[in-house]
Amino acid sequence: MSDNVLTHAIDPSKLSQGIGHLNLEDEEICLEVKDLDLYYGEKKALNNINMSIPKNRVTAFIGPSGCGKSTLLRCFNRMNDLVDSARIDGEIQLHSDNIYSKDVDIPALRRRVGMVFQRPNPFPKSIYENVAYGLRLQGINKRHILDERVEWALKSAALWGEVNNRLHDSALGLSGGQQQRLVIARAVAIKPEVLLLDEPASALDPISTLKIEELIYELKSDYTIVIVTHNMQQAARVSDYTAFMYMGDLIEFGATDKLFTNPEKQQTEDYITGRYG
Amino acid sequence: MSAHISQQFNTELDTVKNQVMTMGGLVENHVLNACTALVEGDVALAEQIVDDDFKVNALEVNIDEKCTQIIARRQPTAGDLRLVLMIIKTITDLERIGDEAEKVAKMAKELAEYGASKKSYKEIRHLGEHVRKMLHDALDAFARTDCEAAYRTAAEDNKVDQEYEAIMRQLITKMMEDPRDIQRSLNVLWAARALERIGDHAKNICEYVIYLVKGKDVRHVTLDQVKKEILED
Repeated sequence: MSDNVLTHAIDPSKLSQGIGHLNLEDEEICLEVKDLDLYYGEKKALNNINMSIPKNRVTAFIGPSGCGKSTLLRCFNRMNDLVDSARIDGEIQLHSDNIYSKDVDIPALRRRVGMVFQRPNPFPKSIYENVAYGLRLQGINKRHILDERVEWALKSAALWGEVNNRLHDSALGLSGGQQQRLVIARAVAIKPEVLLLDEPASALDPISTLKIEELIYELKSDYTIVIVTHNMQQAARVSDYTAFMYMGDLIEFGATDKLFTNPEKQQTEDYITGRYG
Repeated sequence: MSAHISQQFNTELDTVKNQVMTMGGLVENHVLNACTALVEGDVALAEQIVDDDFKVNALEVNIDEKCTQIIARRQPTAGDLRLVLMIIKTITDLERIGDEAEKVAKMAKELAEYGASKKSYKEIRHLGEHVRKMLHDALDAFARTDCEAAYRTAAEDNKVDQEYEAIMRQLITKMMEDPRDIQRSLNVLWAARALERIGDHAKNICEYVIYLVKGKDVRHVTLDQVKKEILED
C-alpha cells in the first residue's frame, strides 16, 4: 500500500485509477472455474460460470436468495454430488487438478477443501474429540500429536483461551459463536488448502460475528477462503474480492474495494445500494 | 437511476441534496451581491452579506450532520457512498466561498467609506461575474450529474487565474504611479484575490461531480488527463 502511494506520488497520471486496489491479474490462482453449468433436474441453476479464485485471499459471493451462490460454493468440494438431481458440465481446477475428473478421490478432495455451514454443527462429543475427529479419521492416533494439533487448531480458531480448561466437556455446552469457531477449528485441524464458509455468521450475534470475521482475516494467510454471505456489509468488511451473482449468472467479480465504491455493472450497483427488488 | 427499496433512504438523500442546492444558491447570491456592493459602493448591501454569513455556516453544519447520520444508519455503497462523500466535500468548499464573499463585502465597505471612484472596478466586475457563473455552472453540473459540464466549468478556472493576474499587474502599475493610492489598490487586490479563490473552490466542486459520476478521483491532475478520464468508457 505505502509502495503504491509512493508510485502514485511519482506518477500523477495513475492517481485517478484508485490507489491500492488489488488486481486479480497479480494473484496466484487457487481455484479456476471453467464454463461451469449446473442443473437441478431440468432447471439450470448455474449458467456458464468462469472465474479465478486467488490463493490466500478471501473471496465473497453475494447476491439475492436463489442466485446460485451457495450452489457454486458447494461445487468446490463436490457437495452437490449428494444431490441426486444435480448435474454438472464444465470443470473446476484446484491448483490445475480438475476436481470433476472421474478418478478423483472425493474424501481426499474434501480434506483439501474444508467447509463450514450456517448453523454450527458440532458432534455430540467433547470439545477435544470434535477437533480430533478428522485427525483420527486420517489414522493419527498418537496422543501427543493429537494434543498438539487440537491445541494448534483451537488457537487458529481463536477459541483456545476460552476452552483450554474444559477440553473434555461436551461441545454442545458452548455458545453459538463458540460452537461456530469450534467447527472452524475442526475444519482447520486437518490443514485444508481451501476453507468454504457458507453463511458462517448468519446465526450469530454481532459480537460473535465480529470474532468470526477477525478469525477469517487471520486465517487467510494460511488458507484460501471462500465465503457466501447475505450480509453485504460483512462481504465488504472481510473480503478481498467479491463476486456478485444473480439468477445463476456471475454478473461481476473484482476487488472488493472497487466493487463497493465504483462497480462496473448497473445491476451490481442496484443490488449493493439496495435498489434491487 | 431507479429508487431504493427503502423509500426513507430515498427521501434522506433527496433532502440532503436539496439542502446542498439551497446552500449553493445562497452562496451564489452572496458572491453576486458582494460584487455589486463593491462596484456600486453599496455599504448597506455589503453589511447585509457579512450579517448573513451565519446562514451559510448553519447549513454546512446541518448538512454535515445529516451525512454523518446517513453513513451511520445506512452504510451507503457505490454511487450512494460517492454522493455522500462528495456532498461532505462540496459543502466545505461552499462554506469557504461564503467566507470569500464576506471578504469581498468587507473590502467593498472599506472602499466605499474611502470614497473611491466606482469606475475603476470594471475588471473586478468582470472577474466577479466570471466566478459567479463558474459557481452556478458547477452547481448545475451537480444537480444534473453532468460530468462533461463539470469538466468545461473546471477548465474556466485557468481563464479566471489569468484575469486575476492581469488585475494584479494593473494594480501594481497603479501603485507605482501613485503611492498615495496604495491602500486603496491593496483593498481592491484583496477583493480580486478572494474572487480568484472562489474560482478554485468552484473547480473543486466540479472535480467532486466527476468523482460522483465516474468514480474517478481527478484532483491534482492536469486538465488533459481529466478530459481523458471522462471520455474513457
